[in-house]
Amino acid sequence: MNAAAMRTAPDSVARALTTRRRDFKGTLFTVVLLGSLVVAMAILGTLLFTVISGSLPVWRSRGVGEFVGSQMSADPEVAGIWQAFYGSLLLMVFTAVIALPTGIAAAIYLEEYASDTRFTRIVNANIRNLAGVPSIVYGLLGLALFVKLLGGITGPEVHGRSVIAGGLTLGLLVLPIVIITTAEALRAVPTSIREGAVGVGATPWQTIRHHVLPVAAPGVFTGTILSLGRAFGEAAPLLLVGGITTFFSTGDSNLIETLQGRFSAMPVLVFSWSRLPQEGFRALTAALIVVMLIVLLLINGTAIFLRNRFEKGVRT
Amino acid sequence: MNDEPLSETTVDSGATAPPRVRIDVASEQTRTTGATLFSLRQVAVDYGDFRAVNDITLDVPSNEITALIGPSGCGKTTVLRCLNRMNDLIESARVHGSILYHGVDLYGPHIDPVEVRRRMGMVFQKPNPFPKSIYDNIAFGPKIAGVKGNLDDVVEESLRRAALWEEVKDKLRESAYALSGGQQQRLCIARAIATSPDVVLMDEPCSALDPIATLRIEELMIELKTRYTIVIVTHNMQQAARVSDRTAFFTVDVKEDGQRTGVLVEYGDTGMIFTKPDDPRTEDYITGRFG
Repeated sequence: MNAAAMRTAPDSVARALTTRRRDFKGTLFTVVLLGSLVVAMAILGTLLFTVISGSLPVWRSRGVGEFVGSQMSADPEVAGIWQAFYGSLLLMVFTAVIALPTGIAAAIYLEEYASDTRFTRIVNANIRNLAGVPSIVYGLLGLALFVKLLGGITGPEVHGRSVIAGGLTLGLLVLPIVIITTAEALRAVPTSIREGAVGVGATPWQTIRHHVLPVAAPGVFTGTILSLGRAFGEAAPLLLVGGITTFFSTGDSNLIETLQGRFSAMPVLVFSWSRLPQEGFRALTAALIVVMLIVLLLINGTAIFLRNRFEKGVRT
Repeated sequence: MNDEPLSETTVDSGATAPPRVRIDVASEQTRTTGATLFSLRQVAVDYGDFRAVNDITLDVPSNEITALIGPSGCGKTTVLRCLNRMNDLIESARVHGSILYHGVDLYGPHIDPVEVRRRMGMVFQKPNPFPKSIYDNIAFGPKIAGVKGNLDDVVEESLRRAALWEEVKDKLRESAYALSGGQQQRLCIARAIATSPDVVLMDEPCSALDPIATLRIEELMIELKTRYTIVIVTHNMQQAARVSDRTAFFTVDVKEDGQRTGVLVEYGDTGMIFTKPDDPRTEDYITGRFG
C-alpha cells in the first residue's frame, strides 16, 4: 500500500499543481486598470500631438531663437514671447527666494520643534486646507494686499502691478505645498537615525542639521521644485495682480526697478493670445505652450537630478 | 598590561583585548567596581494615561554588566531609556520617582539631557549607523562634544575597542551601510564609546544578529566592562546568563481592568537569579514555562 501511494502521489501532486484557477475578478480588474491607463495616455498624447503639430509653422518660418527672443506685439507676424519668458523666469526666482526658505523653515519648526498640541494640529489642518484653495482666491488676496494696500512699496510707478506683487502672490500660493511636502520628507526620516544622533549627545539642532536634513533633502528638493512648477503654470492669480501682455520694455533697469516694474508671464500670454481673433496667433499660442512644456520638463528634470544626487548613500 | 585600575573581575582582558591607546577622559574615581552608579527609587513611567512600568527600585553598580530581562511589554526598554533620558523624545512620556546617577537626580530641574546622553553611550536594537562614512559615524559624537583637531586617533581607538578596526581600517571613507549587520552593530558600539562615556546602554543589541555576530558582541561586552558600566536589555536569557553580573527580571502585571504594567520581580546576582530565584514567576520564566 505504501509503495502504491508513493507511485501515485507524484501524479496527483502534479495534477494539483498544474490546475489553473480561473480568476475572473482579477482579470477584469487588470483590464480596467490597463484601460484607465490607455485613456489617460491617449488624452495626453492627443494634447501633445495637437500642440506640437500646431506649433510647427512657427518653428519652420521663424525658428526658436527668433520666437522666444522677440518682443510681444499685436502683429502675429513679428510677435514673440520675450517679456513673458523673462517675466516667468523672474517670477519663479522671486517666488523661490520668498517661499522656499519660509516654507522649509516653517515645516522644520512644525515637525521638529512644535509640541503636539491642539493649536499645532489646527495649524497643520489649516495648511492642508490652504493647499487646496483655488489659485484665483490667492490672486484676489494678492490684488488686495500687494497691489492695492502695499502698492506704494511693491510697485510705486506701476500702481502695484509689479514683479514683486506677482511673486509674492505666487509665493503665498506655493507656501502651503512647500510646507506640506517638507514636513512629509522630515516625517519620513527614520526614528532610528534621530535616536542614534540624540544617543551620542546631539542637541536637537545638531540632530536636525547633521542627520535629519541631509536625509530629508531629496524629498524636500523634489517637493519644493515641483511646487515651483505649479507656480510657473498659474495664469489666474497673475491676471488679477496685473500680468500684462502688451509691449513694455525689459531694458536697462536695475534689479529693484525691474522688481518694481511691470511684468508678463507665459501662462498669461497663453490666455491672452488664445482669445485674439487673428488666425496667426493660433500657431503662436501652440508654440508658446510648447515652450512652457519644455521649461516645465526642465524644472521636473532638475528635481529628479537633485533627488538622485542627494540620495546617494542615504538608503536604509 | 594595561594601565587601568582593573577591578576584581576575572575577565581576561590581556589575551583578547585589542591594543589600548588611552583616550579616556572620564574621571578615574568613577571606575571602582561595586560602587553604585545608578540608583532607581520607585520609578514609574507613564505614556499619556498608560502606566508602562511601576515601582522600579534597583541599584546598578559600576563596571559590571547589568541585564534587564523579561517578556515583551514588561517595560525593560522603557527603564533603560529613562537612564539617558531618551524618553524625553516621546512627548507623552512622564517619569516619576527618582533616578540618581553618581548621586545626582537625572530628572532634576537643572539637568541638561544632552549632557546626560554624552556620558552614556547607547546601542539600539536594530543597528542604526548614520547614512555617512564609517569615519564620520564615529567622529560625529566627539565633534559635537567639542573635541577639536584631528579625530583619527579617536576613531581608530573606538573601532579597536569595538573589535572592528581590522575589518574596516582600509575603508573608513566608505558608507557604513556597506557593512554587514554584525559589523554595523559593532560600529554603533564604537560610536557609543567614542565620546568616552561612563555607561553603555544596550537595548537588545543582538536581536537582529546571527549567532556568530552575537557571540562577538558578547565577548566585546565582557571586555568593555573594565572601562564602562553596561546595562543591557535582552530577550535572550542565555545571553543574560553568559554575560551579565547582575540580572533584573521584569514581568507584566495585568490588572482586573486589563491594564498591563511592567514591574520588577527580582533583582540580584545573575548566578542566583538563574539557579535559585526567590520568586516563582522568575523560575517559570527562566525555565521556559512562561511566554
